[in-house]
Amino acid sequence: MSAVLKVTGMSHWFGGLKAVSNFHFEVPEGAIYGLIGPNGSGKTTTFNLITGIYKPTEGKIEFAGGDITGAKPYRIVRKGVARTFQNLRIFGSMSVLDNVRVARQYRPASTLLASTLRLPSFKAEERLRKAEAMRLLDVLHLADRAKEQAKNLPYGELRRLEIARALATDPKLLLLDEPAAGMNPKEVQDLMALIGRVRDEFKVTVFLIEHHMKFVMGLCERIKVLDFGETIAEGIPEVVAKDPRVLEAYLGKKGGH
Amino acid sequence: MGSIFNLQQVVNGLQLGSIYALIALGYTMVYGIVRLINFAHGDFFMVGAYAAYGAFFLFNAALGGSGLPMAGIALVLAMAASGGIALLTNRLAYKPLRYKPKLSSLITAIGVSMLIEYVFSAIPFIGPSFRAFPEILPSRPIQIGPNATISTQAILDIGVAAVLMIGLTVLVRHTALGKAMRAVSQDKDAAKLMGIDVEKVIGWTFLIGGSFAGAAGLLAGMTYPRIFPFMGILPGLKAFIAAVLGGIGNIPGAVLGAYIMGVAETFATAYNSLLGEGIAFAILIVVLLVRPRGILGEKTADKI
Repeated sequence: MSAVLKVTGMSHWFGGLKAVSNFHFEVPEGAIYGLIGPNGSGKTTTFNLITGIYKPTEGKIEFAGGDITGAKPYRIVRKGVARTFQNLRIFGSMSVLDNVRVARQYRPASTLLASTLRLPSFKAEERLRKAEAMRLLDVLHLADRAKEQAKNLPYGELRRLEIARALATDPKLLLLDEPAAGMNPKEVQDLMALIGRVRDEFKVTVFLIEHHMKFVMGLCERIKVLDFGETIAEGIPEVVAKDPRVLEAYLGKKGGH
Repeated sequence: MGSIFNLQQVVNGLQLGSIYALIALGYTMVYGIVRLINFAHGDFFMVGAYAAYGAFFLFNAALGGSGLPMAGIALVLAMAASGGIALLTNRLAYKPLRYKPKLSSLITAIGVSMLIEYVFSAIPFIGPSFRAFPEILPSRPIQIGPNATISTQAILDIGVAAVLMIGLTVLVRHTALGKAMRAVSQDKDAAKLMGIDVEKVIGWTFLIGGSFAGAAGLLAGMTYPRIFPFMGILPGLKAFIAAVLGGIGNIPGAVLGAYIMGVAETFATAYNSLLGEGIAFAILIVVLLVRPRGILGEKTADKI
């Protein structure tokens, strides 16, 4: 399996504070990859570096074989990296459908379909985009909410809308920033199933950050554990879960099951 | 005239309000997108008036004095000139300060405003003095009531404003750019991560807002035919107040606020001409005391 995302020697300082220290990782194509670590361990900073919000002080980020280090965020998105936010960043006073459409509009409407159907006009393209947006809402069980103002949605649905909006940019790599935050166990269970289905249906690689251990252990195929900006373990869930340094970071010095 | 409250004053108020509305839209759009009170906006309006003035001397003879094509050319050039200077101001003055404290941009805006005013005063064939705006289209009154008329100029002012405002509404609601503008106004960083080129959207906003001020400049020149480099200050301030009255950042609010201001000002002027100039500021004080978010403004809750 080739790596869709490859990070080498990435470090980032905020003034004198080293938020991310010499990161190396490869996210295999098609995987569900998890990055875990306590608060302040550099998880969200990693996402901000990958998506171009910050420029890494050192190191290189390669996506789908091309160098994206320090590129502008909108260019990185258009290359195929999408993300959701830990603290929901939905466009509240736009409709649910428009939230998805605004993320869709910089993608060519499915050109294959458009050319086979010979749809030349702008209006037809608009219709197609709308249909695509509706399909996304459908997959995420939000279709009946399409016309509603996004800010009126309950929390769980907003979380799903974030995923729908990210998928609308037609990504190869989907970054999820604490997707299970604030969810109850039932919702977490549903979300795990949903993320698996999204990966299969949209052929995306999923890269997620989480605190929720059970969620990560149950969903991810490969996990990287951080502590204070440094990697303390990496591998498949079964191995990482037994790593003494992980147990120490998460459960305290004498930790164990 | 008879009573102070009459149809004639309403017509005059709507005419003045149309010009304020075109200026207020630029204020409110720019505020909505970059949270900046662009105090140079009134000067974009002035630039539009001078562009129309210049267009008249360049093309009128060639057109043989026919009014309508001349007005059309003047409108296009006024909008292009004002839109262009708005774009240039954004690029040179505001963009470098985008992620600096808001106060820097605000002070810069005041500086840009004065720069434009004094540069225009210094240009030889513009100069600091008043100039009579040429009669591009002769205006005539049409009787609409026992003691009220509407001039063809008023119809033009209201009509051009209405067409541009409808165009803007369609743009904001139904086009990709419009959706991107709404997204950027709500959350710039999230918009970036949805593939939106935020700087491009900001550029378009300045261009559109500026061009509307340019159209207002032409209409103001035709309606109140006297132009000078400082002519943008008062209408700019009043349009800003109109935007605040309607709810700054809110497009229908700016239009509503502008018409309220226009009508209030004509009524106040009919009562006492000095009161007319002051009414805008009285409105501002009342709005800030009673309903600071404006008539249609939403309650803003900053994210923690």
